[in-house]
Amino acid sequence: MKNLISMRDLTKKDILQFLELAEKIEKSKIKPNLSKKLAALIFYEPSTRTQFSFATAMKKLGGQTITMRGTQSTSVQKGETFADTLKTISMYADLIIMRSAIEGSAHYASEVVDIPVINAGDGANQHPTQALLDLYSMKKTQGTLENLTIGIVGDLKFGRTVHSLVQAMSDFKPKFYFISPSFLKMPEYINEDLREKNVFFQELKDAEEKIQEMDLMYVTRIQKERFADPEDYEKVKGSYIIESAMLKGVKKKFKILHPLPRAGEISTDVDKTKYAYYFQQAKNGIYVRQAIIATLLGGTK
Amino acid sequence: MKQMKVDAIKNGTVIDHISAGKGMQVAEIINISGENEVFIGVNLQSKKIGKKDIIKIENRELTSEQVNTVALIAPQATLVIIKNYEVAKKVSLKLQENIENIVVCPNPKCITNVDNIPTKFKLVGIEPTKIRCVYCERKYNVDEISIRI
Ligand SMILES: [Zn+2]
Repeated sequence: MKNLISMRDLTKKDILQFLELAEKIEKSKIKPNLSKKLAALIFYEPSTRTQFSFATAMKKLGGQTITMRGTQSTSVQKGETFADTLKTISMYADLIIMRSAIEGSAHYASEVVDIPVINAGDGANQHPTQALLDLYSMKKTQGTLENLTIGIVGDLKFGRTVHSLVQAMSDFKPKFYFISPSFLKMPEYINEDLREKNVFFQELKDAEEKIQEMDLMYVTRIQKERFADPEDYEKVKGSYIIESAMLKGVKKKFKILHPLPRAGEISTDVDKTKYAYYFQQAKNGIYVRQAIIATLLGGTK
Repeated sequence: MKQMKVDAIKNGTVIDHISAGKGMQVAEIINISGENEVFIGVNLQSKKIGKKDIIKIENRELTSEQVNTVALIAPQATLVIIKNYEVAKKVSLKLQENIENIVVCPNPKCITNVDNIPTKFKLVGIEPTKIRCVYCERKYNVDEISIRI
């Protein structure tokens, strides 16, 4: 595999291979050494967490990083084109890790340069490393990815994390419950993909309804900016907050995941319960990103 | 229907069995401006598909790119090359798996629109025709898209 651009490019086998390698790295059964490698982090859209996570992963592999921030120049603007910027950077680095608000940027980058490219998020489209670390967290807590019942709560319309996750899980016979404000529902094109794959999904009015049936609850942030009227946000916000009182009678291995940062969707009183898994999930991100980088740079031997 | 003079062309191309309503769009793709005589029939009766549109262009053959584009808009159309009033060749339209630099991606946040690079789509569904942008990965019905001319 040369690049990691989209979950759509990965087979079930590819996914499981990444997760296995991440597990070996976590358990120190394998220690890839990338001490001669340099990764260029190109972040046209700020995301401190993702950037830190990648930089940490690269450093733990013994590698180095350089970082570029700023706006994505386009051929419409004066100055160096996007393609030229990428080609130049590819002369210095062994790997490009790219984040952009413009959809398809990472795919385009992979066509322009000869070194591997990792998509660290492209607008509302894909964020495959997040999806893989979510899957890793699910497998680690449940022992399997097959036949899980997963509640997905929050912004399902713009949440690319959720789109990648749903797509990636759909080969593992899941059962989904979607819980969101009506105007932040799962887009029809995603639902259509699920129907084509015969995946069960149902929309619920509130998160509590089927919580005892769920193996996992995946909560995402509802952003205030999505609301035209701030009052609507205040009204809606309350219906999508997970509190510890709601967790009575849930399954033993039930876990709550969140890609972080949260904005009040999970009440802090949940943090001390055994169901909170979001900080561990962030930690898992390091192992998974190490596994991805090592795979693309050939450091797994 | 009464036979009209325009029904027979000496040399040129006939695109028949275009599903009714798509004729003008097809005409746009093949760029009918110019010297050549063109006949566009809309909402004609067809035994094969009910109502159909038809286009006849005198003294011209289509480029393969134009043929591919017509296939995208009107997949069930048939294309006939006429030489000296006779059918010289029937070209069957075939939807291409890869549709390169023909379609505009409707997503304004797609790199192909922001950076003005050639578009690439993959055929992901037939009847109705559905295509997916290789870059932003959005899936579209063929009636949602416009053609890059
Ligand atoms: Zn696109």
